[in-house]
Amino acid sequence: MAGAAVLGRLTWLAADVIGAAAETPRVRTLRLHADEWPGHRAGQHLDVRLTAEDGYQAFRSYSIATAPDDELAITVERLDDGEVSPYLVDELREGDRIEVRGPIGGYFVWDASERGPLLLIGGGSGVVPLMAMIRHRAGTGSSIPARLLYSSRTLEDVIYRGELDELAARQDGFELFHTLTRSQPEGWAGYGRRIDAEMLREVAWPAADEPQVFVCGSTRFVDTAADGLVAIGYEPQSVKTERFGATG
Amino acid sequence: MGIVSRGFKGRRSEGPPDRVPPGQHLTDDFPVLSAGPTPHTPLEDWTFTIEGGAEPLSWSWDEFQELPSETITADIHCVTRWSKLDTVWEGVSVDTLLDRVEHEGSYLLAFCDGGYTTNLPLEHVTDGKAWVAYGYNGQPLDPEHGGPARLLVPHLYFWKSAKWVRGFALRDEDEPGFWESNGYHLLGDPWQEQRYWGD
Repeated sequence: MAGAAVLGRLTWLAADVIGAAAETPRVRTLRLHADEWPGHRAGQHLDVRLTAEDGYQAFRSYSIATAPDDELAITVERLDDGEVSPYLVDELREGDRIEVRGPIGGYFVWDASERGPLLLIGGGSGVVPLMAMIRHRAGTGSSIPARLLYSSRTLEDVIYRGELDELAARQDGFELFHTLTRSQPEGWAGYGRRIDAEMLREVAWPAADEPQVFVCGSTRFVDTAADGLVAIGYEPQSVKTERFGATG
Repeated sequence: MGIVSRGFKGRRSEGPPDRVPPGQHLTDDFPVLSAGPTPHTPLEDWTFTIEGGAEPLSWSWDEFQELPSETITADIHCVTRWSKLDTVWEGVSVDTLLDRVEHEGSYLLAFCDGGYTTNLPLEHVTDGKAWVAYGYNGQPLDPEHGGPARLLVPHLYFWKSAKWVRGFALRDEDEPGFWESNGYHLLGDPWQEQRYWGD
C-alpha cells in the first residue's frame, strides 16, 4: 500500500491529534489521525506543516513511531532553540490539528517478511524509527532474532522504557541492551559509557550471520556505531544509517 | 494556505525569499545525511574516473589537484528542509572535467565510495553549475561532509551533491540513482519543490 502511495504525488493531509503522551521530560508522542493516510512501512518518516494565523508556515520531518498496521504516531524531542519542536512537545493538545505529508523514504525500512537477524542501534530520539520496526516485529508475531542497543544520557531520558522492558520480557527473540552515558542509577546492570567497538563486539552478531543493521541517532553517534561495525567486520553496505541534525 | 495550527506563531527564520526556496528554513549548522558508514579512502588510492566517453579518463588525487580550481560561494538547500547561505567551497568545475572527454551523452550517473549514486542531466552540471569540491571554508573537506571530494550542484537539492564522489558514468538516458530509486525526485529543483516522486 505504501509502495503504491509514493508513486502518486504526496499531498498534505489534515491530521487530528487524537492523543499526546510524555515519554520523557523532553520527548512526547503525538498520536495522529489523517483520513487519507495511505499507510507506511516501519522506518519511514513524514513531513509536518504548521501554519500560523498570518499564513506563515514551518516544515519539519519526523520519523513515524508506530508499526504499519497501527495508528499513526510521531515521537518528538524538544530542541530548546527550535522553532517547531517546542510547539509540538509543549503546546499542541489533543483535538488540535496539524498537516502531514508522507510516508517518505524507501531505504531505511524493514519488513517482518525479510530475513533476520535484525540489529538496531539507536541514540536518543534516534530510537524512534527503530521502535517502529520493533513494534512491527512484535505485532506480526515474528520470531526473527532482534537486538536493540540503545544509548541514552540518563535513565530518565530513555524513550519507550516501559514498553521496551515489556517486549524484552516476552523472551521471543527480542533482546534489549541499554547504555546510559551521563549517569547510571545505583545497581545499574546495563552499560554506562558511550558506544564503542568493544560494546558492539559484545552486542552485535558476528558479521557472518549477515544481520540487517539499522543505526539512527546524531551524526557523531551514527559515525561511531557505523565505523565500529565496519571495524568488527560488517560490510559497509550492510549498515543502513539515518543521521539527524538539530534543525528545530 | 494550510490549516491554521492553534497558537503556532513560528520564529520566522525563513530568510530572504529570493534566496530561500519554499518550505525551507535557514540553519547555521551543517547537518549531515548519509545512508551508510562514512568511507575513508586513502588519497593514494583515490581516483576520479569518467566512463562512457570515447576513451575512459581517470585522474589520481595529485593529478586532480593540478586541474584549475575555483572558489565557489553558494547557497545550499537540503530536502530535509534546511538551507544554508553563502557556503564557500573550492573545487574543479565539471565543465573542466567534461571538456577533456569526447562524448555524446545527455546524462550522467555520479558514483561514489559506499555505493551511492545520483543521476543528473548534463545541462544541469555544465556552464558553471556544478563542481567536484575538495575544500570547504578554506580547509580540506571533512569525510563526514563528503571528503576527500564531493559533487557540488548547489541549484538542486543537496542529495544531488553526492558525497565521496569517485566518478561519472555518461549516459544517453536518465537512470535513477540511489535516493531517486527510493522515493526522491528524479531532478530535485528546490524552487519547484521537487522533493519526492510525483512532485
